[in-house]
Amino acid sequence: MAISWDVLELDLAAEADRICAAIRHAVSHELKRRGLIVALSGGIDSSCVAGLSARALGPKHVHGLHMPERDSSDETLGLSTSISDTFGFESTVEILTPILEGLRCYERRDEAIRMVFPEFGPGWKSKIVLPGLLDGDAYNVYSVVVQTPTGEILKKRLPPKAYLQIVAATNFKQRTRKMLEYYHADRLHFAVTGTPNRLEYDQGFFVKNGDGAADVKPIAHLYKSQVYALAKYLGVPAAICERSPTTDTYSLAQGQDEFYFSLPYKPMDLCLWAKNHQVPPIEVAPTVGLTTAQVERVFKDIDVKRMTTRYLHHEPVLCGEVLEL
Amino acid sequence: MPLAASEVERAVTAFIVENFLFGNTADAPARDASFMETGLIDSTGILELVAHLESTYGLAVGDDQLVPENLDSVANIAAFVVRQKGG
Repeated sequence: MAISWDVLELDLAAEADRICAAIRHAVSHELKRRGLIVALSGGIDSSCVAGLSARALGPKHVHGLHMPERDSSDETLGLSTSISDTFGFESTVEILTPILEGLRCYERRDEAIRMVFPEFGPGWKSKIVLPGLLDGDAYNVYSVVVQTPTGEILKKRLPPKAYLQIVAATNFKQRTRKMLEYYHADRLHFAVTGTPNRLEYDQGFFVKNGDGAADVKPIAHLYKSQVYALAKYLGVPAAICERSPTTDTYSLAQGQDEFYFSLPYKPMDLCLWAKNHQVPPIEVAPTVGLTTAQVERVFKDIDVKRMTTRYLHHEPVLCGEVLEL
Repeated sequence: MPLAASEVERAVTAFIVENFLFGNTADAPARDASFMETGLIDSTGILELVAHLESTYGLAVGDDQLVPENLDSVANIAAFVVRQKGG
């Protein structure tokens, strides 16, 4: 029997109340801080966390951060500001570009791209993408896609040195944001939220000690479509609820499914839910419009990503016991 | 003289032991052990392996050749390299 999309439906009022109670308990009893920092990207996840935080603690106990940089979309700041306005909490704009220039983030990234496209320079745009894996077994090996100043699109597979340097350089963005979040958290005696949804948390779609670092992650157990539903319930503006997920990290527009996940978020949610509940691929395939073999590949890729990103979740390894803590 | 698969297997195993296992030969993979199933080598490791094969054997590995059938074990790699070299 084919699985139904209904399995992802939530009692939104009850779930919002439950998460808000958990946030209040965590901040007051476990973290012992006076409020929460929320980094606002203008995307659905951080908007949902902002709504939950304001509801849980009251807007006086939430501080938002808007942190656009050179490669952010023109829409980013307007969308993120609409969230602090909607939920009535104070916020600060931190423009990351000069900090990232000081770290030579863009320069190091472009140097790596020039290992593959030597003519890459001003006026060019870039992103990195994974191959589709639905039509055959493939490794998650990234290619760089560039747009020339005349609009021509070119693509080449990345050798390891270039790939690792591009990722290392762009990771400065998430780590710089987190550094600023903790500055404001320390200044206000607040704790810091992390905004991964379940797909991101499970599949390791975050930067270690960047957006992966946080004191509380209120929606890490929710599938992305549940986050959309909860955000709408909480009153997140339609402009954000109706926007497609994007990484907002590279200068060329980049969907999260071409950067990381093998499918758009809705079928990805259902595949992950099904795998987590031991539903066989043959019962998932008709609902998501794929063949059974394709769903099997998606399931396999979920396991591969869990394995390859275990490092991101890993606590620091101690080489001897410290029993007192 | 054509390249022998057994010779490539030895060289690839030595590369894996040196680069992924820090010289620990006790953990060297069996010739037919799947890297994906054992978790020994991930996609970044595959990229490193491919770069090594390209520079050592003068190959140009195409995107369509980046598949487990060619690269998911020491034996698969050796067979792939020998095929590419016309052995």
